[in-house]
Amino acid sequence: MKIKINGKMETLKEANITVGDLLKIKEVKMPQMVSVELNGKILKKDEYDKKVIKENDEVNFLYFMGGGSTDGI
Amino acid sequence: MEFNDEQLLRYSRQIILKQVGGTGQEKLLQSKVLIIGAGGLGSPAVLYLASAGVGTIGIVDADKVDLSNLQRQILHFTKDVGISKVDSAKEKLNLLNSDVKVKTYNFRVDSTNIKDLIKEYDFIIDGTDNFPAKFLINDAAVMLGKPFSHAGVLRFEGQTMTYIPGHTCYRCVFLDPPPARVVPSCKEAGVLGSVVGTLGTIQATEAIKYFLNQGSLLTDSLLVFNAFEMSFNKVSLSKNEDCPVCGKNPVITSLIDYEQQICNV
Repeated sequence: MKIKINGKMETLKEANITVGDLLKIKEVKMPQMVSVELNGKILKKDEYDKKVIKENDEVNFLYFMGGGSTDGI
Repeated sequence: MEFNDEQLLRYSRQIILKQVGGTGQEKLLQSKVLIIGAGGLGSPAVLYLASAGVGTIGIVDADKVDLSNLQRQILHFTKDVGISKVDSAKEKLNLLNSDVKVKTYNFRVDSTNIKDLIKEYDFIIDGTDNFPAKFLINDAAVMLGKPFSHAGVLRFEGQTMTYIPGHTCYRCVFLDPPPARVVPSCKEAGVLGSVVGTLGTIQATEAIKYFLNQGSLLTDSLLVFNAFEMSFNKVSLSKNEDCPVCGKNPVITSLIDYEQQICNV
């Protein structure tokens, strides 16, 4: 199945996967540090294991980015 | 407004741009911008805003300059180690451009002071490093209808978006702060000064375009920058109807002070 991830077309050998599955396939180590947009809509965390990804869907992993230090980035 | 000879010369390279001109320069000189955090993002942002002649610049920061800041916080010099960042910033901006009125606030923003602070300004730049502050700035800006620029960095990557009232806010995308325990710790994170500077420079450009009412802002979009691959990806966003602060039925109606991550470095 072909889907667009973060603006790039990718071919996955898996089909009928959920957003939660995709996070595992793409080895997103800290899913709490990512917000997922599927076809333009931001998903709630409890939707990850329900939303099924289809051919030509567009997924964006939007990472939380702060600074990582208390002395100002 | 009449420009004096020095101003005509000082701003000549931007007055010559048809999108700026004398009218735009006058707008800049009358604009007020607040920078929260005089660090790696805030440093290039205020330097460019002051050099462009943005008339009033407010700077908020509670910290003192530390030697480990100088790798990326280009407002501060070796001689400034130990003095407050806002005093260090004010000194540099005064030396750079006396057209600019610099106001300093030597404290941390929280739910009790942020609204009074930002209501005086036309545009806010979030140059903070932590999620409690980022969510606080977003919520206060949404509640008061103030535009602001968000930016964040992580290692070689960065992101930035511009909030304009009525459009996608930071919380539309990120909903709630991540649990403090999963936020990369100070030692793990690390950052290259020039990467943060790229983001701070984009924030200044967004503020200037906003004041001039020219071009397209990063409204309803998140610009993701990867310095390692040297790529930019502009992700389209749309206002989230379920957003807890700007959605149809907002559940957040007063400001929240989230717990700050403790960092022992």
